[in-house]
Amino acid sequence: MSDATTSEIRIAGFGGQGVILAGMILGKGATIFENRHATLVQSFGPEARGGSCSAQVVLSNQPIAYPYVARPQVLVAMSQEAFERFAPDLAPRGVLVYEEELVKVHDLRPDLRSFGIPATRIAEELRRRMVLNIVMVGFVAAVTGLVGIDAARKAVLDSVPKGTEHLNVTAFDKGCEYGRRLITGGPAGEGKA
Amino acid sequence: MTTPVATREHAEGPARAEVPGCEPPENPVTKFLRTDRLPHIWCAGCGIGTSVNCFARAVDACKIPLDRISVVSGIGCTGRVAGYLRLDSFHTTHGRAIPFATGLKLANPELKVVVYSGDGDLTAIGGNHLIHAGRRNVDLTVICVNNFTYGMTGGQVAPTTPLQAVATTTPYGNLEEPFNLCHLADSAGAVYVARWTTYHVRQLQKSITKALQKKGFSFVEVLSPCPTLYGRRNRVGDGLAMERMFKERCVVKNGAATHDTAFDALAPGQIPVGDFVDRDRPAFLQRYNQTMRAQLGDDFMPYGEPEIDARAEADLFAGPEG
Amino acid sequence: MQADRIGVLTGVHFIDGDFAAAEGAIAAGCRFAAGYPITPSTEVVERLASRFPFVGGLFIQMEDEIASSIAIQGAVWAGAKAITVSSGPGISLMAEHIGYAAMTETPCVFVNVQRGGPSTGLPTLPGQADVMQARWGSHGDYGIIALCPNSPQEAFDLAVTAFNLAERYRTPVMLLLDECIGHMLEKVVIPPADEIEVVPRKLTEKKPGEYLPYLPGENMVPEMVKAGMGHRFHITGLTHDERGYPVMTAAAQEKLVRRLVDKIRLASRDVALYEGRWLDDAEVVVVSYGITSRVVHRAVEVAREHGAKVGQLRLKTIWPFPEHLIDQVLGGRVRSIVVPELNLGQLVLEVERVVRGRAKVVPIGHAGGTVHEVGVIVEAILEAGK
Repeated sequence: MSDATTSEIRIAGFGGQGVILAGMILGKGATIFENRHATLVQSFGPEARGGSCSAQVVLSNQPIAYPYVARPQVLVAMSQEAFERFAPDLAPRGVLVYEEELVKVHDLRPDLRSFGIPATRIAEELRRRMVLNIVMVGFVAAVTGLVGIDAARKAVLDSVPKGTEHLNVTAFDKGCEYGRRLITGGPAGEGKA
Repeated sequence: MTTPVATREHAEGPARAEVPGCEPPENPVTKFLRTDRLPHIWCAGCGIGTSVNCFARAVDACKIPLDRISVVSGIGCTGRVAGYLRLDSFHTTHGRAIPFATGLKLANPELKVVVYSGDGDLTAIGGNHLIHAGRRNVDLTVICVNNFTYGMTGGQVAPTTPLQAVATTTPYGNLEEPFNLCHLADSAGAVYVARWTTYHVRQLQKSITKALQKKGFSFVEVLSPCPTLYGRRNRVGDGLAMERMFKERCVVKNGAATHDTAFDALAPGQIPVGDFVDRDRPAFLQRYNQTMRAQLGDDFMPYGEPEIDARAEADLFAGPEG
Repeated sequence: MQADRIGVLTGVHFIDGDFAAAEGAIAAGCRFAAGYPITPSTEVVERLASRFPFVGGLFIQMEDEIASSIAIQGAVWAGAKAITVSSGPGISLMAEHIGYAAMTETPCVFVNVQRGGPSTGLPTLPGQADVMQARWGSHGDYGIIALCPNSPQEAFDLAVTAFNLAERYRTPVMLLLDECIGHMLEKVVIPPADEIEVVPRKLTEKKPGEYLPYLPGENMVPEMVKAGMGHRFHITGLTHDERGYPVMTAAAQEKLVRRLVDKIRLASRDVALYEGRWLDDAEVVVVSYGITSRVVHRAVEVAREHGAKVGQLRLKTIWPFPEHLIDQVLGGRVRSIVVPELNLGQLVLEVERVVRGRAKVVPIGHAGGTVHEVGVIVEAILEAGK
């Protein structure tokens, strides 16, 4: 991208994982709660569940003319297929964020950094597997700093159905916490920074 | 396209003898007509004008203010009815009178909306709209003049043409069995269904009156002669002969189950007529308002109530994006 | 007049173009919608279906697009501002009623969120191949206005404009999104109601007996009316006189159809919305609209970095085609006009017609399904500038 304040992100997985909502929360956090700019372009197959699904997100301090992501700085991979398909596109010194129980990382370019999280398992510990995308958003916010934690948390609250706020914020905080520990070299992870 | 020969007779009734100093009373139907549009296009012996006469008298009987009633027609000979009535009137596209009327009615529930069109328009090209309007129970009165053919385009086969009847597009006889329109309307969910002929003017007028007073989707089928393009070709004779046929063969069967009301207009046998269906079911808007009120409580604002009030200050919509 | 604040969701939102178009309609005073599900336009009516009950509006899902496109016209004649929404195949089914709206001068808005065609084509992927359909989709001669937003924000803004123009000119207006804009989420700032200009329906003040539904008024536009006012007017799709009565003559046809066409043609300058960039020194100008203009934005930047003297003319109004803008562009030093679009050459035909050989016109066709590659447009610009 032409200026340093602009970040390109691809979030990919399969339908039903909440891939688009995850992208939407990042975009909403940046636009509504940080007064920046964001675009989200979605692509998905015709099937409502199970097909491949991806979101292209651009975040910037300036209005964004071109909303497409060719060489993202960040890839959030929530399925093996997403990793295989999109990891090669990552920009130099890009960041891979992945669901570590669904994605087996291999042959990663040495210039890339990667951060894994068992988001599905964490979601299942909250007894709601469907919040795995929210866990992922918390994790992404923590390890990439693309969107401020506060803004992202507010965006979660603003995006989820009434009555599920507590569950979702808990999921977000779990993901966030996991990410923080990973970065600071705590016991939770094996960040290959 | 054939334009049938124009005549004044049906719309204005028989000429009266002028008696000096004694003005004849005004024909009660005259106030319904755009007299500046006469003569009309209908043929001598056609039944459409007779049905219009019955309709006008029915509106009179209901005492509906004439400024509050709208007539919507499709395309065809009967589709021209809207143009001759001195009411708010809409001559729409072929087959689409019912969905136009649906929008008209829903956007101003205070209007009495009547769909007045022919069998080809309402049940062939417009057949899908007919059944869905019945299913939804939109508050409309549909008057369907069934003359067994497409008159305006020159006598082609219709979904109502009797088996074996000759039409320009079935020169060797019609192969397809016709619809029983009353059964169709009943099955779709109409709350009022009746069939009469242009011979049964009093009964027809009464049934249209009932249909207009009914809340919900009402359907009145009017069997009518088309001497020029159906009768002549199928040896049924002129308009008068067809009226005679209606007189001889029709049997009044009020309340009959509509699946028992099929008939073959070409073969000898009974033609069931009467008020077949009269029942109650919530009309579309009634159910809409009830449901929304139940779901949204005081946040619900019924259509046509855009007053700015306290609700305007509140967050009206807490959707997924806030 | 200002928007009724009850319908305006003032604030900052992160929503897609479909939702934004729906919000624009509501802000413009639209309170009736009829539609039938079709990708990628369905979110517009889903949004209306969920929002209308809070603001005194009504959405009905009809049995097909044909029914939807005439139901809204019934609603208009009952006094409502109304909208219908569809995509490719559905718009094809609505075509007859676009003509009916033009003929009967029924102000209403048709939204087409364009996907790849022809036929069922690419339901979930973008195209811009309905541009000529928007202009000529119904049979017969008529004029129409078509607007092409290139962002969710503009989908909101131009939805308001579409309703305003529909009222001002008593005409159907097409709002042409594409799948990209329809499904793309971006910041949409909805201003306070008192900052949104809304043109109200101008109903006649004449007394019954004096009003003629097709007597041309200001800008050749007749005054509007609605059912139930006591005028007992007649509306028909047949060729008609000023009373609205059918008249089957060549003279009546000439008078009516010429006015319908001229009414829109003469409005061309007033309704031409556009955006220009770097036009002053341009030797090459890229003319584009909708999502393609955002790809062009990038391509022009890259080409200028390569030293190309290239500018960009982005059309927000594509119909009536803004001939004067092309003439203005040609007034400078422009030698070539590059026209990328997600079709194999549609609006470029209009550009060629207006240019009449005064510059080289370079079409960059793309059959749709995705957007142009930036490099392809950059290359065409550099080539055109040689």
